[in-house]
Amino acid sequence: MKHKVATTVNGQRREHEVEPRLLLVHYLRDVVGLTGTHIGCDTSQCGACTVTVDGKAVKSCTMFAVQAEGKSITTIEGMAAKDGTLHPLQQAFWDEHGLQCGFCTPGFIMAASYLLSQNPNPTEDEIRQGLEGNLCRCTGYVNIVKSVQSAAKAMNGSKANAGEHSAAARRS
Amino acid sequence: MTEHPRLAPRTPVTGRVGDSVQRPDAVLKVKGDFPYSSDLQVEGMLWGATVRSPHPYARIGSIDASEALASPGVRAVLTHEDVPGRKVYGLEIPDQPVLAFDVARYWGEAVALVAADSPEEARRAAHKVQVDYQVLVPLTDPELALTPDAPSLHEGGNVTRQVRIRHGDQNARAEVVVTGEYEIGMQDQAPLGPESGLAIPDGQGGVDLYIATQWLHIDRDQLAECLALSREKVRLTLAGVGGAFGAREDLSMQAHACMLALRTGRPVKIAYSRPESFVGHVHRHPGRLRYEHGATRDGKLVYVKARILLDGGAYASSSTAVIANACCFAVGPYECPNATIDGWVVYTNNPPCGAMRGFGSVQNCYAHEAQMDKLAAALSMDPVELRIRNAMKTGSSMVTGQVVEGPVPVADLLRRVRDVALPPATTSDPVDLTEMPGGVSNTTHGEGVKRGVGYAVGFKNIGYSEGFNDYSTARVRLSVVGGRPRVEVHTASAEVGQGLVTVQAQIAGTELGVSDVVVLDADTAVGSAGSSSASRQTYVTGGAVKAACEAVRERVLSLAQSEMGGLSADAGDGRRLENDAIVSADGAVVVHLATLLGEEVIEETREFHPRRTAPLDPETGQADAHLQYAFAAHRAVVDVDTELGLVKVVELATAQDVGKAINPQAVEGQLEGGAAQGLGLALMEEIQVKDGVIRNASFTDYLLPTILDMPPLRMQILELGDPHSPYGLKGVGEPPTISSGPAIVAAIRAATGRPLSRAPVRPHDIVDTSPLPS
Repeated sequence: MKHKVATTVNGQRREHEVEPRLLLVHYLRDVVGLTGTHIGCDTSQCGACTVTVDGKAVKSCTMFAVQAEGKSITTIEGMAAKDGTLHPLQQAFWDEHGLQCGFCTPGFIMAASYLLSQNPNPTEDEIRQGLEGNLCRCTGYVNIVKSVQSAAKAMNGSKANAGEHSAAARRS
Repeated sequence: MTEHPRLAPRTPVTGRVGDSVQRPDAVLKVKGDFPYSSDLQVEGMLWGATVRSPHPYARIGSIDASEALASPGVRAVLTHEDVPGRKVYGLEIPDQPVLAFDVARYWGEAVALVAADSPEEARRAAHKVQVDYQVLVPLTDPELALTPDAPSLHEGGNVTRQVRIRHGDQNARAEVVVTGEYEIGMQDQAPLGPESGLAIPDGQGGVDLYIATQWLHIDRDQLAECLALSREKVRLTLAGVGGAFGAREDLSMQAHACMLALRTGRPVKIAYSRPESFVGHVHRHPGRLRYEHGATRDGKLVYVKARILLDGGAYASSSTAVIANACCFAVGPYECPNATIDGWVVYTNNPPCGAMRGFGSVQNCYAHEAQMDKLAAALSMDPVELRIRNAMKTGSSMVTGQVVEGPVPVADLLRRVRDVALPPATTSDPVDLTEMPGGVSNTTHGEGVKRGVGYAVGFKNIGYSEGFNDYSTARVRLSVVGGRPRVEVHTASAEVGQGLVTVQAQIAGTELGVSDVVVLDADTAVGSAGSSSASRQTYVTGGAVKAACEAVRERVLSLAQSEMGGLSADAGDGRRLENDAIVSADGAVVVHLATLLGEEVIEETREFHPRRTAPLDPETGQADAHLQYAFAAHRAVVDVDTELGLVKVVELATAQDVGKAINPQAVEGQLEGGAAQGLGLALMEEIQVKDGVIRNASFTDYLLPTILDMPPLRMQILELGDPHSPYGLKGVGEPPTISSGPAIVAAIRAATGRPLSRAPVRPHDIVDTSPLPS
């Protein structure tokens, strides 16, 4: 017995008939065809499958696709701008050598994007607390922390700039 | 024509040797576009599933596939009878069945295969394959496996290899003697990407395999044997690799996917789940080590006697090389005039063990470093001073008799980690739970918490040893693309995350002075690169890329000579390639490469063979067995909750000589990641095997260090230059994993006074649970 599920994935409306037992991660990978969301453990430990659902970080292997009905999902493929400009987190993971094999990276970027949405200026401790649900086997996490710090700085910088512009606009 | 999967587009790299060059593959990796082996799919693809033995040891009678074959969506069910060629494989000894026949020797051994239209149908049908098992009593104690009365698991007995080292005076006596017995648990490499690959039949009897592996050519050679095909008919291309650390040195699903693809005539993908991955690859050998150290009163080592027993599990894998390392490096990087080392690796019905980062030099480091601390205590000496007093130097002799050449900065590394300022004491007023052992579980507010500091130093061989033919092949092509010179580098070396893509490009960029360098997909269309293991690829494949570039450069210069004779009467006088041009000794442009080459393409292929090594003498273990030695030291600072046995690693400090950092940012990444895997084995990572059965085959129960477990790492990277290697480099990847764990255990000992002769250290090893006096 299949269920209809309608979601928005990376800004695009999607409608599919799926089995109710289908996990969100399999829906994204096998039905929608977005394989940037990885499966590393099957048991919600590694976080490689992290996406955001209505802005909140979710391990997509812990959620059924039908539970995403009506919700807006962002995967790693939806992070870069339409013109291809990398999201500051993506740019930072590249610049700061925040990845080696890179298998965990999409999950870390998605978890970090949720963290920064809640706390735009986290301390190192807060970054570590915020990412403790994601496993990386290559980096020892040092450069992952650096990447998130660097992205936070870039994002706050761009906001501060935006603030200055609007202030300038008001003055004129 | 059969569809083939989309692989990564080729991103050019600009950068020279010594630059921190950004990874070209990272753009795709951060966008979710990098095609890992588990992401591959093509039209009409089937899914494979594996039927595995539920018993660690059982005789296999009939296998009834009829019910599975009648299951919906099923296209094929295969057993050992369907293996077209050699029914066994193995890196050193072909003893492991492609699919078990006669007996299954470990829990989870592959017995049969199913191909079906969907992964669910394949898995469901796999459960319907009826295997008639006659359960046997498993041999799970390696000590027992050594005894003559033990049942023989393989023809020729249970000893996969015995290594004897007899160095110096075998009857040496010492004023101070310390002994110890140590035990190391079975560690898993746990790369984040489980085993997976896609086999595509070519319709003419051959097969293409897209695979995450560490060594394409050894996979190909084993596959050709097992599939009864010529090597030309088995073509492998490296798919995206989600980490390796030794787990991908042996075949896992490679032969299975190819067999199913050849049988069904359809592309077949196999992707393991995490639990299946735990039985799908070999692990780090668990070890039992017994040591006796003798020293003079003033702290000079007189002798070391060691007995090392490694449990190799059901099949040989690379056990014979692992036990050799365990013995050659048994004493640690110390001068020791007399040594008696006996090592065995044995077959049991436990999970097979083989390569993991550190490769035999990890287990013994726990033992020799614990012994050095014990000796220091017996002598009332500072443990670092004792180590420095005995540290190897340039020209020191190994216990194998080999004289160690080049920089040997053991004492310097120890002084450097010792001299790093210690972190301040953790304050418990006000208490920050995140700094406490147990963290926000709120298990202590500082009561019962003790701090300890521990040191360890380790070393290992870089490259293959004991006469194994170590070489790599590189093809380098220079042409003009879009009006600019472009270099393409083609090797079969596996990028597993370590950063080989930038290294190859940096070397080509340096040698040919070209800013647009592309590293092509690794595949078997070019000669072997050897494995991405033994910390050897930068040395050996780097050497091959350098050699091929030198050959290309020679042709470029002689082309210039012949085309521009009048202009280059004094060619060969310091002209070089730089900034996409030939420049004179004073840097003036002689000719731009684009102008010189025009339509011409210059391509050269070279093999690079480092100096040959020699096998260990079977009686004495004496030989120049190793190519290069790499050293690292660690200091660990820990806080231990002595009431609950919980440990917080406060800080790690390390110093390592890398010879020359080809990509400094990537080198740092290796030191950081390697230390994390060392911390894992010291504190939490152990495959729990009971009666041959893995009890924790998941990330729920097999614990990996998280971001909260990892402390700050203070790094000192030395570039002392090896006179024999390309650019003076040394292998980097493994040393960080060797001494980091032993330093942590030493620190816990210092904090608690407990003996801690076992890794990983468990809470009940720390807490004295002996009954209170009444």
